[in-house]
Amino acid sequence: MEVQKTALYNYHKNLGAKFVPFAGYEMPIQYKDGIVKEHISTRTHAGFFDVSHMGQFFLEGDETLIESLEKIIPADLKNLKVNHSKYSFLLNNEGGIIDDLIITRTEKGFCIILNAACKENDIKQISQFLKENHKHLLNNDLSLIALQGPKSVEILEKLIPGVANLKFMTGSNFEYEGENLYVTRSGYTGEDGFEISISNTKVEKLIDYLISNKVKPIGLGARDTLRLEAGLCLYGHDLNEKINPVEANLKWAIAKKRKEVGGFNGWEKIKNLLANGSEKIRVGIKPDGKVIARENTKIFSSDNNEIGFVTSGTFGPSVNAPVAMGYVKSEFSEIGTSIQLEVRGKKYGGKISELPFYKKSYVK
Amino acid sequence: MSEKKFSKKHEWVSLDGDVATVGITKHATEMLGDIVFVEVPDAGKAVEKEGQAAVVESTKAASDVYSPISGEITEGNKAIADDPGSVNTDPEGASWFFKLKIKDKGEYDSLMSKDEYDKFCKENPS
Repeated sequence: MEVQKTALYNYHKNLGAKFVPFAGYEMPIQYKDGIVKEHISTRTHAGFFDVSHMGQFFLEGDETLIESLEKIIPADLKNLKVNHSKYSFLLNNEGGIIDDLIITRTEKGFCIILNAACKENDIKQISQFLKENHKHLLNNDLSLIALQGPKSVEILEKLIPGVANLKFMTGSNFEYEGENLYVTRSGYTGEDGFEISISNTKVEKLIDYLISNKVKPIGLGARDTLRLEAGLCLYGHDLNEKINPVEANLKWAIAKKRKEVGGFNGWEKIKNLLANGSEKIRVGIKPDGKVIARENTKIFSSDNNEIGFVTSGTFGPSVNAPVAMGYVKSEFSEIGTSIQLEVRGKKYGGKISELPFYKKSYVK
Repeated sequence: MSEKKFSKKHEWVSLDGDVATVGITKHATEMLGDIVFVEVPDAGKAVEKEGQAAVVESTKAASDVYSPISGEITEGNKAIADDPGSVNTDPEGASWFFKLKIKDKGEYDSLMSKDEYDKFCKENPS
């Protein structure tokens, strides 16, 4: 498959981006300042992220569209108001997570933001449940820009009046440069911020404006440290098709009504897990010292039994310490439990930690 | 102290009598990015030429640091283990990794000069 590029590829290049292949795209891993500075400037001012590689999948249809989608998504779509968004997933028959996503109710149906690496398969999976009168489109003419950080609202409000009124996980249509654009108050860094869906032809102009307001470009490297500090999962690492939402400690994302009534893929299995708990569960992990426990690090109990593995681990610049997430046997998941992390053949002490590592500051 | 010599794995060595000081080059730190973890060897450990001797981790990844020269470690630089970020600031000065008592000065002599190393980096960009 040919490597794809987002509409901003040359723009990133001019900003001094270092690129890496990611989910079939050439994406910036970092810019000149490096990951730590990018991370800190997002937390203290604002940063923008080109997330146009993610799928913007639009669905239209009558009432039956909701029934179709609810078979594979355990959110309460019937009661989701127009312009409101939910974090949810696509589930397989075993209750495993095919992808995690943000779904927003639109005037005519829904918009689902899908992970780049999963989007093609996701659409196949969703399509199985769609009816002939349901229209769908993966819109590649749109870019997606995340603007994140405490100054985001002040900066974007000057350009697009009205965005300051949006509450966390809601969105609206706005006009910019004579075109419609859709803005949601959301993101994946633990900061206040927005995701802006904008046509590929106007996106450079938006970025010009952000840069003139000292908003720094942020690459995938800092995106990873930011989301991990915020305790948020990265698909393909912390989540996959063999992991279900109960194990992933994401049962909060299954709507209450859906937990009771079911009617979605893997419901029997998930019902059982909700009642009895799962064997393993996702937890936060803090190494005691400076050692970084990266993905696949084995986790041991204090009496040397193997109890799990790390799925994401890095140095958290705002926490100023290493942070990690992983899966452990549920009996070891209590906050404060002492564990050992095997790094390069040596065992280092650590503790099960609360998530997030860094306190979120969403505007609710 | 002798002139610095350089290895293809981006370490530098300087020699004072039969004690060598080893660190990673500025070029290496630029490739690694922000350094957030360092593990240095304890005194007494024997290391082989091109054998693994220390660990350096950036926000991106973990890398081994090899000793460009054989010998017995006399000191690991605890200061950089306590403040890994200092390796980015002064990689070829205060932020050396370890010192070792060398066995064969020939190993030092066979390493690259500064000019040769700069040329090597230009020809092998990564």
